[in-house]
Amino acid sequence: MGKDMKLDRKNELKEKLAHYLFLFNATVAIISVAAIAFFVFYRGLQPFIPGNAEGTYSLIDFLTGLEWRPGEGKFGILYMIVGSLLATTGAIVLGVPIGILTAVFIAELAPKWIRTVIKPAVELLAGIPSVIYGLFGLGIIVPAIMQLSSQPQGQSLLAVILVLMIMILPTVITITESAIKAVPDSYREGSLGLGATKLYTVFRVVLPAAKSGILAGVVLGIGRAIGETMAVMLVAGNPIAGLPTSIFSPVRPLTTNIAMEMSYAFGLHQEMLFATGVVLFTFIIIINLILNRITRGSELK
Amino acid sequence: MVNKFSIKNLDMYYGDFQALINVNMEILDKEITALIGPSGCGKSTFLRTLNRMNDLIEGVRVEGEILLDGENIYKDIDVTKLRTRIGMVFQKPNPFPMSVYDNVAYGPRAHGIKKKAELDEIVEKSLRRAAIWDEVKDRIKKNALSLSGGQQQRICIARALAVDPEVLLMDEPTSALDPISTLKVEDLAEELKKDITIIIVTHNMQQAARISDKTAFFLNGELIEFDETDIIFSVPKDKRTEDYITGRFG
Ligand SMILES: Nc1ncnc2c1ncn2[C@@H]1O[C@H](COP(=O)(O)OP(=O)(O)OP(=O)(O)O)[C@@H](O)[C@H]1O
Ligand SMILES: [Mg+2]
Repeated sequence: MGKDMKLDRKNELKEKLAHYLFLFNATVAIISVAAIAFFVFYRGLQPFIPGNAEGTYSLIDFLTGLEWRPGEGKFGILYMIVGSLLATTGAIVLGVPIGILTAVFIAELAPKWIRTVIKPAVELLAGIPSVIYGLFGLGIIVPAIMQLSSQPQGQSLLAVILVLMIMILPTVITITESAIKAVPDSYREGSLGLGATKLYTVFRVVLPAAKSGILAGVVLGIGRAIGETMAVMLVAGNPIAGLPTSIFSPVRPLTTNIAMEMSYAFGLHQEMLFATGVVLFTFIIIINLILNRITRGSELK
Repeated sequence: MVNKFSIKNLDMYYGDFQALINVNMEILDKEITALIGPSGCGKSTFLRTLNRMNDLIEGVRVEGEILLDGENIYKDIDVTKLRTRIGMVFQKPNPFPMSVYDNVAYGPRAHGIKKKAELDEIVEKSLRRAAIWDEVKDRIKKNALSLSGGQQQRICIARALAVDPEVLLMDEPTSALDPISTLKVEDLAEELKKDITIIIVTHNMQQAARISDKTAFFLNGELIEFDETDIIFSVPKDKRTEDYITGRFG
């Protein structure tokens, strides 16, 4: 009896310890997010508050300006927002269909041996550091675009779109594939049992049933594309002013603006870079809210 | 009467495991054939061999012959054509996550029917044949998953009927249903028999006795006895059949 009780108490203690250990670990993540958000917003919102020590700047001019000339005190980022959104949209429009079709191929159609080749390739693609993507873009894509375009340089919106398209593929493929795998076989059997072909089954039953999972993949791809920095910086051209007028125009996405100048910026200039970070952060938060809605929607079903 | 299915020396393997052993069977047109036997004896396997649903499973091998109206289903008939001629209703109702209408119209659409008027007509006719029209006619645009299990199963039957099959395979179609829904499905089967051949797997002896013309008793992958249902349930020839139907088995 006494021994049993001792054991019980020991187990209880273990349970409690484990509980706190988990709680502590979870807290690390939450605190990190909160700290980053606070820090970025705190520093980035300073210039818009009257009486700021480093000088102030109009929020409207910041969000609608088409020039970024720190030397002349011009900090407009509208053309960067447009650049980021165009690049992301382009990458999604090109990358999502390729990603979905690849996932369908892997999950439903490919013979086993092809699957054993493609899957590790996709996983490897996900693991390649982004600077390597940048080098690839600079060495292959940019020169190729230079041949096509009338502009003197190949670094352009198109180059960014192509690099980002490749970079979002692993996200879209992996998540779509697991969404497809989660579709119950009973749906496939129901469709095939009616004499529908395999392709008809995939497009009319399997993909619609996997819809919310696929959307989640797309949203994560958007997040990846809009936040990508290193690879984009190498192929974008990064002009100091002007909306892009064609896919061959150089662009300056929000991320690269921060990464290129932060190392030497100070005073108001530095704070305006933080403000750029606030805009980027806001986009990411919106994307995550959308993602939450989508995944919650599918859980309820 | 003519033979709808003619099964000769059928062997069926999952990889190394032989699930059906030398099955021979003649199934007549416009009759209900019940398949009975203990769990794991190969009833579903046999049923799924008839519409080549087992083709989807890796490592499956079939030997022997299955003739549908004299044509070899593994050689002479295209598999999508075969599955159009042979409908299937599964143990667990499996309506697609779409409206009742789209569920029933799915098969016809898959076979290229696009005209709305034509689809409307097929949908209504199929739902009526499946004895569920009155229950769902006001919610035909509602998601089929919002219906009860018994209703879902009859939607699945309507969905199968919409492509006008000659044969309907039913794998324990009522095992997930309440007694009233079960009776509805049974009545339905007897009604459908006027036009089509039905093969039904059931664990319910009363059900087999109530609705079937012929009964086949399977055991460990072998067809032990196949005869008129009345005979199987009153004077079975094989001792094992008798043990099984009287519940003295195993
Ligand atoms: N996909 C599969 N791969 C390997 N073996 C299988 C597979 N499906 C069924 N089997 C085996 O084949 C045998 C027959 O299975 P089957 O599902 O046809 O039995 P059943 O008579 O329908 O049983 P139940 O009444 O439980 O539905 C069983 O031994 C089973 O383990
Ligand atoms: Mg079974």
